[in-house]
Amino acid sequence: MNSTHDPASSSPEQWLDEHGDYLFRFALIRVQNESTAEDLVQETLLAAWSALHQRSGQSSERTWLTAILKHKIVDQFRRSWCEQPLDNEPPADLPEEYGLDEFFVPDGHWDHKPARWGNPYGSLEQSQFFEVLQHCIQRLSPKLAQLFVLKELHDMSHEEICNELGLNTTNVRVMLYRARMGLRQCLESRWFENGRGTR
Amino acid sequence: MLTCKEASRLLSQSMDQPLPRLKRMELRVHVWMCSACSNVEKQLLFLRRAAQQLDDGETRTNQVGLSREARERIRKAVRR
Repeated sequence: MNSTHDPASSSPEQWLDEHGDYLFRFALIRVQNESTAEDLVQETLLAAWSALHQRSGQSSERTWLTAILKHKIVDQFRRSWCEQPLDNEPPADLPEEYGLDEFFVPDGHWDHKPARWGNPYGSLEQSQFFEVLQHCIQRLSPKLAQLFVLKELHDMSHEEICNELGLNTTNVRVMLYRARMGLRQCLESRWFENGRGTR
Repeated sequence: MLTCKEASRLLSQSMDQPLPRLKRMELRVHVWMCSACSNVEKQLLFLRRAAQQLDDGETRTNQVGLSREARERIRKAVRR
């Protein structure tokens, strides 16, 4: 083994102590459910233990564990994808226009015109803003939330998402659009419209 | 002439892949003339940046972590 890491000083318990909270937060942001996030931490530590001999010394322990966790999250999404009820969910063959009546009037104009947010980037300094963003992601239907996470947090391409979840590119495009429109509207009403964004 | 519904769909699409040239031009014209869709364009870019910063919670206050019960449960499960 040409690893610079001494396996004798590595153990899942030690990882739990040093990285458990970090991994839990990383998972919670993505799966929006505490007990699922806890399970993912456990799965990750066990998977890391059995893959320890494959670890190269290139990255930090935390980076390595996080990469394993990312895979576990995608696995979890794939499993839940099949189990989720279909109510409120787009049909398998999505028409491009599906599910947008809440945002637009029939002639294609905005129902409620999106407002100016001024300079929203100041909000990124406020921890409360991220709580609102998390809340808005939670309010999306689970599938839309998962697609948004894979695209924007895991930075996966359409092709990778299609392969992992067995969707076609039109599905992915339409669902990402719906997720973004939902988040946009939620942030507007829960953060920017009551003036907090300009503080 | 694109409707706002079509324009917003193309705005989202253009976040992920380049649009065909004609669509791109139609979209530019629409956004130039439509303040609502111009707002949405900026907002989608902002949303991407904000999502990318969700993980930077290490520096934030009210951090969450594993509960004591969960930590002990996991410890037992992974103990060697």
